[in-house]
Amino acid sequence: MDITSILFYVFSAILLFCGLRVITAKNPVHAALYLVLAFVTASCLWMMLGAEFLALTLILVYVGAVMVLFLFVVMMLDVDVESLRNGFWKNLPLALLLGLVASAEMILVILQNPQITAVANADPETTLSNSNVLGWVLYTQYSYPVELASLVLLLGLVVAVALTLRKSDKAAKYQNISKQVSVDSKTRFTMVKMDAEIEQQGEKQ
Amino acid sequence: MIGMTHYLVLSAILFALSIMGIFLNRKNIIVVLMSIELMLLAVNFNFVTFSTFLHNIAGQIFVFFTLTVAAAESAIGLAILIILFRNLRSINVQDMDKLKG
Repeated sequence: MDITSILFYVFSAILLFCGLRVITAKNPVHAALYLVLAFVTASCLWMMLGAEFLALTLILVYVGAVMVLFLFVVMMLDVDVESLRNGFWKNLPLALLLGLVASAEMILVILQNPQITAVANADPETTLSNSNVLGWVLYTQYSYPVELASLVLLLGLVVAVALTLRKSDKAAKYQNISKQVSVDSKTRFTMVKMDAEIEQQGEKQ
Repeated sequence: MIGMTHYLVLSAILFALSIMGIFLNRKNIIVVLMSIELMLLAVNFNFVTFSTFLHNIAGQIFVFFTLTVAAAESAIGLAILIILFRNLRSINVQDMDKLKG
């Protein structure tokens, strides 16, 4: 058994244990923290697969942003955790059965075709690193999808702010459309009669 | 030697675990959202595995976009959760029946 196999089994054990704890933890904060550990372990496994760029992106995006957001929300909401676990033991047999059947089916299918090696359009052999290849393809062949992805992120940002902002909030600024439409020159513009202002020569220097 | 099958089985088990998570915690919407994140991780795992073993970078590109969409999805989901809690004072899935006829 070489070192890669040992690492794979250790990481897989940690990953599955974390997944189990995420779904069984009593406290949502613990569930979120176990999910963080699951993401870090998955990133280590991706590193072993040779996908360094995505492994680091997973840590940056998920652990750095998404899970912090989750922890924020979990800690901000004051919820009675116990009442939310009422159906836990009642649902356990059905969930166990479903999980076992689903995983058994998937594993059987996977074991049926152990060599899915025939690939029509494999990439040409390259000496570049994974990040280099990914960047090369991302900004040439996939440049349009990258721009669309940036729009999706912008959408997420705008929607998150727009949803959580309250009307009564001091920071919230809303347009009154009917008021804007109904303006005319009389309400906007007043004529003032006044004497001409003459600048004094002495003050000016 | 660790082959493609090992990684695929691992992600299949992870996916089944997150299905179980949705069933077990079907009242707590936060844990349901976390289970969905775990599910997405399992799917991304499949993409990375196939991409590596079949020597095709397209799988990893797809994972890149899945991560983007998942990040936006969880941000919007949590925003919805917050306004829901503001209005209902609860995150119990069974209290969300306003659209029921």
